[in-house]
Amino acid sequence: MASALDLVLQNPAIWRGNDCARVAVPSVPSGFAELDVQLPGGGWPAGALTEIYAERPGVGELQLVMPAAACLTQSERWITLVAPPYLPYPPALAAHGVKLSRLLLVQAPAVDESLWACEQALRAGSCGAVMVWLNQVHERALKRLQLAAETSGALVLLFRASRSIPASPAALRLHVSRSESRTVVRILKRRGGGMPAPVTLDLHGTLVERSKIKSNLAADERRWTPIKKEKSTSVARSPVSSERQPQPKSLFRLPLTKS
Amino acid sequence: MLWLALHFPTLALDVYTRGARAPSPLAIASSPGNNAVVLTCNHSAHHCGVWSGMPLAAACALSSELVVIARDVAAERTALERIAAWALQFTPAVSIARPAEVLLEIAGSLKLFGGLNRLRAQLENGLAELGYSFVLACSPTPLAAQLFARAGLPARIRHRDALRAGLGQLSVDAFGLPLESGTLLRAIGVRTLDDCLRLPRDGVARRLGQKLLDTFDRALGYIPDPRPNFIPPADFVAALTLPAPVHEAEQLLFAARRLLAELCGFLCATGNGAQRLAFALAHEDRAETWFTLDLTAATRDLEHLVSVLRERLERLALPRPATAITLKSELLLPTPSRNLSLLPDSREHAEAVGRLIERLRARLSSGAVKGLDTATDYRPERAWQICEPGNGYGAQETRPVVRPLWLLASPQPLREIGAMPHYQGPLALLAGPERIESGWWDGGDVARDYFIARNPAHALLWVYRERRHDGGWYLHGFFA
Repeated sequence: MASALDLVLQNPAIWRGNDCARVAVPSVPSGFAELDVQLPGGGWPAGALTEIYAERPGVGELQLVMPAAACLTQSERWITLVAPPYLPYPPALAAHGVKLSRLLLVQAPAVDESLWACEQALRAGSCGAVMVWLNQVHERALKRLQLAAETSGALVLLFRASRSIPASPAALRLHVSRSESRTVVRILKRRGGGMPAPVTLDLHGTLVERSKIKSNLAADERRWTPIKKEKSTSVARSPVSSERQPQPKSLFRLPLTKS
Repeated sequence: MLWLALHFPTLALDVYTRGARAPSPLAIASSPGNNAVVLTCNHSAHHCGVWSGMPLAAACALSSELVVIARDVAAERTALERIAAWALQFTPAVSIARPAEVLLEIAGSLKLFGGLNRLRAQLENGLAELGYSFVLACSPTPLAAQLFARAGLPARIRHRDALRAGLGQLSVDAFGLPLESGTLLRAIGVRTLDDCLRLPRDGVARRLGQKLLDTFDRALGYIPDPRPNFIPPADFVAALTLPAPVHEAEQLLFAARRLLAELCGFLCATGNGAQRLAFALAHEDRAETWFTLDLTAATRDLEHLVSVLRERLERLALPRPATAITLKSELLLPTPSRNLSLLPDSREHAEAVGRLIERLRARLSSGAVKGLDTATDYRPERAWQICEPGNGYGAQETRPVVRPLWLLASPQPLREIGAMPHYQGPLALLAGPERIESGWWDGGDVARDYFIARNPAHALLWVYRERRHDGGWYLHGFFA
């Protein structure tokens, strides 16, 4: 029965309401096959504004764009980070495959300056992506950013932390949150229409797994007892401990006693 | 040999007026005294009825707005030198002829610049950018080119044969005769050079002196006329007096652009690029305001320098209106010129980023734009460093460590309720501990146990428990 239905649905004359229109728009693959399927063009739209809403940090909003960032920087395109709320931690970026020599960090004191810096970066034409963190921003400014993105052909990823989701001219709008153990990406708006079901991605699974190997507390994570103040297995210890410092006094005393 | 003469008829005025877009009525007095006459004046003064040669008192009576400045011969001399330095980009043989001409020997440059017409067009555009009014004339001898330019004739004579016919039309007065010789020639009905050359040579030599004949011969190219080559100074320092005090960034930029255009010509001529430029803005009753433009790479691109300066000027707070601008090149580096390429290459890419960085830094301060790099240290807060953009090496970690993408600038203390850390609710520890104990040798001693924790909103945090002092909990990052 199901196969018969599939056969019917394969007819090109049938269009399903929740389908996304396949359009050949330039894009950068997001690196997550489940997400790419839902995005028109099969990735982050190049030359357009993408808004990513995450109410609080730590839900995987940056990991979501890391494969694309790695791909762009490895092909020698620059990524400009404008006004990030915290430090984008270089060792973690490097571990995700991002080439640090192609990163430009811009700290702007105000929203106007951030927007100006984005426009400059887009106009320079050598940036593959501009990531900007803004909370309160006027719709007109977003429109301007969208136009700048169109002329540059670069990815513009706007990260917002607001709880409410106002109207915006962005080509793609995502909401990122986290359930029990997976990151949930809801597509709020996309070109080509349709409201697909949320995409769940396992962004942190490997992370927890990898560090659990060494963990002696993995058995019961909730009933954790404080560590006793004693020498335990140290992962990173200083090369020479302070107790073992040599005592140079005796060396000097030796010739003196002889005379 | 082909000489191009640049004559600056209103140099005395231009050294003042070129700093403003639409200057107010301005007249240059021949001397600072009371019984001076108007030497020259600008258009708006001319509209008020002022003309050159008019007594100063009469001119002042015509317009209350008229600003009178005494002629500054030294400023004119340095202006000519700077024009000569700028003109060195077109030919290595540039010579200054006082009071108001610069001569260029361009026979060897014609091919490079695509012919005489194109070279002239480039010179004209360039001089207009510098803000001088000029007359351009070219001829096979330097003196003839000078005479044509001085007479206001934009001649373009390329061959010696045509020189005689062209020069013959000039009035003998143009040769700067002594007074009695001039009177004598006029008395015998000699008006032009042709008339004079028709007279018997020995007679002219006897009555008017051999010197005059030599001048004619030099202009016609019968005897040599060597000119000293101008040697440019090693550094570029240029000042521009503004006709009226200025406090708007846009007006300052207009004046500064003139100086930058001079600088770029100079850099082009010497094969250098500027990496650091110092500007000084003079005020009427205050010390000068200094600021510098630091560039990531040496450049001599005028438009780029202007755009960087625009951002810098918008950030600058002036205590008083500026009366003069001085531009000094502080760091000059040899910058080879490049072959043009058909397709954009990686070098152009790098240059575009360099320019972006400069523009951003000019507006946001240089500390606001940086690159990131890793550092070899176990302590998370020291495992990274700021570097120049493009220099981040990012050594790949060999150990499989787990690090968050967001790091807090300083660890945030967490509330502890019933031995459990809280951040927007109680935290569940998912993995850990990773013990980091390091840095006793440099005073930044840490002893911490790091955990991956999850709060009730399912956000993943990087927290640690201090192993010394209070043993409290701290938030250090987000697994964003």
